[in-house]
Amino acid sequence: MKILVGVKRVLDPYVRAYVKPDGSGVDLSNAKMSMNPFDEVAVEQAVRLKEAGAAEEIIAVSIGPAKSEETIRTALAMGADRGVLVEGERNLEPLAVAKILKQIVEEESAQLVLLGKQAIDDDCNQAGQSLAALLNWPQGTFASGVELEGETTKVVREIDGGLETVELDLPAIVSVDLRLNEPRHASLPNIMKAKKKPVEKKAAGDLGLDLEPRMKILNVSEPPPRAEGVRVGSVAELVEKLKNEAKVI
Amino acid sequence: MAVLVVSEHNNSELLEVALHAVTAASRMGGPVEMLVAGSGCAGVADTCARVGGVERVLLADAPEYEHHMPENIAPLIVGLAEGYSHVVAAATTYGKNVMPRVSALLDVAQISDISAVFSEDTFERPIYAGNALAKVQSADPIKVVTVRTTKFDAAGIEGGNAEVENVEAAVSGEGSRFVEQNLSQSNRPELTSARTVVSGGRGVGSAENFRMIEDLAASLNAAVGASRAAVDAGYVPNDYQVGQTGKVVAPDLYLAIGISGAIQHLAGMKDSKVIAAINNDEEAPIFQVADYGLVEDLFTAVPALTEALKA
Repeated sequence: MKILVGVKRVLDPYVRAYVKPDGSGVDLSNAKMSMNPFDEVAVEQAVRLKEAGAAEEIIAVSIGPAKSEETIRTALAMGADRGVLVEGERNLEPLAVAKILKQIVEEESAQLVLLGKQAIDDDCNQAGQSLAALLNWPQGTFASGVELEGETTKVVREIDGGLETVELDLPAIVSVDLRLNEPRHASLPNIMKAKKKPVEKKAAGDLGLDLEPRMKILNVSEPPPRAEGVRVGSVAELVEKLKNEAKVI
Repeated sequence: MAVLVVSEHNNSELLEVALHAVTAASRMGGPVEMLVAGSGCAGVADTCARVGGVERVLLADAPEYEHHMPENIAPLIVGLAEGYSHVVAAATTYGKNVMPRVSALLDVAQISDISAVFSEDTFERPIYAGNALAKVQSADPIKVVTVRTTKFDAAGIEGGNAEVENVEAAVSGEGSRFVEQNLSQSNRPELTSARTVVSGGRGVGSAENFRMIEDLAASLNAAVGASRAAVDAGYVPNDYQVGQTGKVVAPDLYLAIGISGAIQHLAGMKDSKVIAAINNDEEAPIFQVADYGLVEDLFTAVPALTEALKA
């Protein structure tokens, strides 16, 4: 079985996002970039499935600027076998990403697609579900458990009320949540090996797909800051403030 | 053209999140209609019919819809969407699961997790864990929108007198089967709609110690939340998690206990009206957003606070 994993290059999760003064977006110049943390979990899951003998090959796909190759190399160092980089200059919307992934999934005849449930930059939480719709495949979103059982997969989903388990016929899409596993750190020898693994490059514009943005970003702003708070010296003072000043208890 | 709200329910009761989505929908221009898809859910449709401002309720009642599987529900919504300017749902795990499937089948871009409606095609949505707000304008003929429920008040279940119309079940999706749900049982108020939330973090130390947080919450009639660290450590189940990828809450009072205040946690609670934090680390970032900060060991402060509130 072939597994396809999507990996997105995003602002590092431990770095604060700053809005550009002209309101055109978030300033990413010179910012530390990393693999989307949810995608790391997806890569880890794919590698574990391969290690358990349930998959033969893992293809890591990234869609974005040329530097996304670094993100693919990270996935290769973690254990993916080869990469596909779809270069697109502008920020592609999740619908466009789903269309591109559909084409690659079909070319590769992948049986399982593992994606992060959401990218921590645009926070859209769409690509996996949209890809499943375009392929007419079943989906298991927000997964904290994935088991392969022959021609099906059992997915435990983190939902608002607790946990839900669904069974999906393969091929299927699984979007992963953070508690599915703890991603490994690539070892130095594996990082070296990853440099030699093949990465195929394509241009998004050459795929013959309608990738036009449907949304115009009119403005990006910082949310209004909270008024500065005060330190209280004791539990009694806290209770007094909450009761008489804030009037919330 | 009308705006269709996809209602979230458990086949017997309408969930409050749907009422917040109705309020957002009512700002998008046209009259508001609601879809109730489920099994044995006619009572939910009757509730929707009484929601103020709702003009029509579509009821798709079929056994295939019992578990609200997206493979089934999405084609149903797509079949109905033609007649609407917007299709709207709450940005809950239900809405997030089904709506991007709908938008892809309609070949439109979903507008996720909106926090404000400026006009029929222009919305605000938080990005980068809420560290930036994007004002976006959609060019799509049908707008598929999910709504951040804390940013819109709940519509009242009163004043409405809508017709309930049955709609045919669509072709059922194949390839997915519901196995089971394990829902957390709690006698505390629901996290996303509670007026007071008490959350515990890694500092609480264990599942056993978390009882202290529960006791404090009980004395305030508050819901109990947690940071990702506390959930990852197994102190509480996943549905307690507040944050960028967990639940977003905006209560009147958010009490953060032993929570350091990572960006990802702040994303889920910084719209709370009043934030109070107790942490023994005076450098903890949570104090930067707290209206009231108490630097004290939580193991002495929390029992004392619970006692003081009982008095």
